[in-house]
Amino acid sequence: MAKGTLYNKVWDAHVVDKLPTGQYQLFIGLHLIHEVTSPQAFDMIKEKGLKVAYPQRTFATVDHIVPTQSQARPFQDNEAEQMMGAIEKNVREFGVSFFDFKSGNQGIVHIIGPENGLTQPGMTIACGDSHTSTHGAFGTLAFGIGTTQVRDVLATQCLAMDALKVRRVNVNGRLKPGVTAKDVTLYIIQKLGVKGGIGYAYEYGGSVFDNFTMEERMTVCNMAIEGGARVGYVNPDQTTFDYLKGRKFSPAADKWDKVVAYWKSFASDKDAVFDDVVDFNGGDIEPIVTWGITPDQSVGVNDKLPEVSKFSADEVKTVELAYKHMDLKPGAPIKGTPINVAFIGSCTNGRLSDLREAAKVAKGRKVSKTVRAFVVPGSQQVKAAAEKEGLDKIFTEAGFEWREAGCSMCLAMNPDKLKGRELSASSSNRNFIGRQGSKDGRTILMSPAMVAAAAIEGKIADVREVLK
Amino acid sequence: MSKINQIEGKAVPVEGNDIDTDRIIPARYLKEITFTNMGKYPFYDERFDAEGKPKGHPFDLPQFAGSHILFVNQNFGCGSSREHAPQSLMRWGIRAIVGESFAEIFAGNCTMLGIPTVTVGRADMEKLQALAKQKPETQFLLDLDKKALYSEGKEHLKFEIHESKRNALVNGTWDSTGLLLANAGKTADVAKKLPYVAGF
Ligand code: SF4
Repeated sequence: MAKGTLYNKVWDAHVVDKLPTGQYQLFIGLHLIHEVTSPQAFDMIKEKGLKVAYPQRTFATVDHIVPTQSQARPFQDNEAEQMMGAIEKNVREFGVSFFDFKSGNQGIVHIIGPENGLTQPGMTIACGDSHTSTHGAFGTLAFGIGTTQVRDVLATQCLAMDALKVRRVNVNGRLKPGVTAKDVTLYIIQKLGVKGGIGYAYEYGGSVFDNFTMEERMTVCNMAIEGGARVGYVNPDQTTFDYLKGRKFSPAADKWDKVVAYWKSFASDKDAVFDDVVDFNGGDIEPIVTWGITPDQSVGVNDKLPEVSKFSADEVKTVELAYKHMDLKPGAPIKGTPINVAFIGSCTNGRLSDLREAAKVAKGRKVSKTVRAFVVPGSQQVKAAAEKEGLDKIFTEAGFEWREAGCSMCLAMNPDKLKGRELSASSSNRNFIGRQGSKDGRTILMSPAMVAAAAIEGKIADVREVLK
Repeated sequence: MSKINQIEGKAVPVEGNDIDTDRIIPARYLKEITFTNMGKYPFYDERFDAEGKPKGHPFDLPQFAGSHILFVNQNFGCGSSREHAPQSLMRWGIRAIVGESFAEIFAGNCTMLGIPTVTVGRADMEKLQALAKQKPETQFLLDLDKKALYSEGKEHLKFEIHESKRNALVNGTWDSTGLLLANAGKTADVAKKLPYVAGF
């Protein structure tokens, strides 16, 4: 059992009771909802005649189904319009704050929480979306939940939960130039596997994380779930506090010192005990690309694709399926693989710093004629900030489309979809079969700068060579 | 709420590790605002070709029609938290899932729908899947009190299940809202002690 970790402290501060099942009832400090996983939950509480217990602790936005070419209503897609209508009605009926299009704060649920200062250290957070782990970057315990659990949080502000074990994941040393937070998170998943985190919360630390910005920490925590860990977090420090100062829902300046002391008290103790500790060296990490159908099937961009014989008997079937689906060959280089689509965006890499990195590559260059390339800011705020810096012009001049905020082709529930066997270079988080809207479509995950490089070259490329 | 102690029925094997929830239910079906139709969609893109013709997935083979138990391999249900995945399996007819391992959110979602997710070792799963394929008419009985799986009345093997999940199912408290609501007073006490809720 872990002791003295942030996980333990936040958990203890929020336990309501031990339930007869052996699970714990945990108070949820912040509940974020979106249009896809909430309508059924609202229906369930209506059926039982219940109310939202703590409406002031619940915030709603729309992201998954919204079209990114135009946010004009009604949407052309009837089902999307219906879904939009349902969340509008539910937030009105139950008195929940709603970041709609007019608010200027609409965006992907995991981007708007932090940028509005809703996500704060020491909180428990839940959202009907597996990438809720993103919020752990602030030293929170943030859980992705299913719709029936969304119902529980709406009705009671609590969840019935089992305790997790805690694994400390250290990345020390220095990253090489051109290596980003996305490469770090893909590297950790490659090393620990997609099942490695089952039953664990990941505490990320070490000098690489100490030096990371909040946006970089969010990119890593976002993909904790891709490694099987439901929760991932970084201890709060000065970087965290500086980020939060002055944001819309951040505590007032006159209470700041008191608040910071409270937040600091949650950080893991120096002598904290973990259930497991793993160490990586940041200097070993290369720009990474996936080649398969699970996020742990990845290689350094200059590496050759692994031979099937390198995998354990357990993995062979998935590896063979991956090669077949991707139409790639063991032993071949991944660099130079032609792409059809380039997608920059998502809750993993749709923040301002991601767009800046991609714009550095796009600036003064042209997207290959064979590639459909688009940039989708993660929120209206990100979009406005990027436009203020002129990033939109850099992208459009290079031949990228510049879109409205939303999830877009991360999961293709809106009109942004792959067609047929198209292959996309994507800054999102899942390369699952069918994930980007075509059941035969193919996805290669990488950092936003690497996506921009691939867009320009028309094929998988090493961003460091493109920038030379 | 009903107590779930035993589940009986034929079993359908779906082989492969890391079958994610996008494969269990493609995202386009998440656009419906109720779960009502989800039973039509499990494994849709693996079951049907572009014209909607069945490709021979176990869910469409006559010998597995009416199965209540699903046999799967490692890390089943990884990826998205969409409850549409267990909803689609449940509405197709699945009442229990036996696998080598499950993704956490998926297993939690199943429990809240009253679907046990129980685990066995790799060798045992190979035997179970082979038995279901060779003799699909085999009737299985999954007993949560004894943590044993019986085939044709004979004890076949022991399985593991997370104790709190087992308790919730056998005591009929798997739909947790009632339990949580009963503690509304204690919940308010915790809220009062949290400065970010009560005020710094
Ligand atoms: S961007 Fe992708 S992963 Fe993130 S919330 Fe949207 S659909 Fe989910």
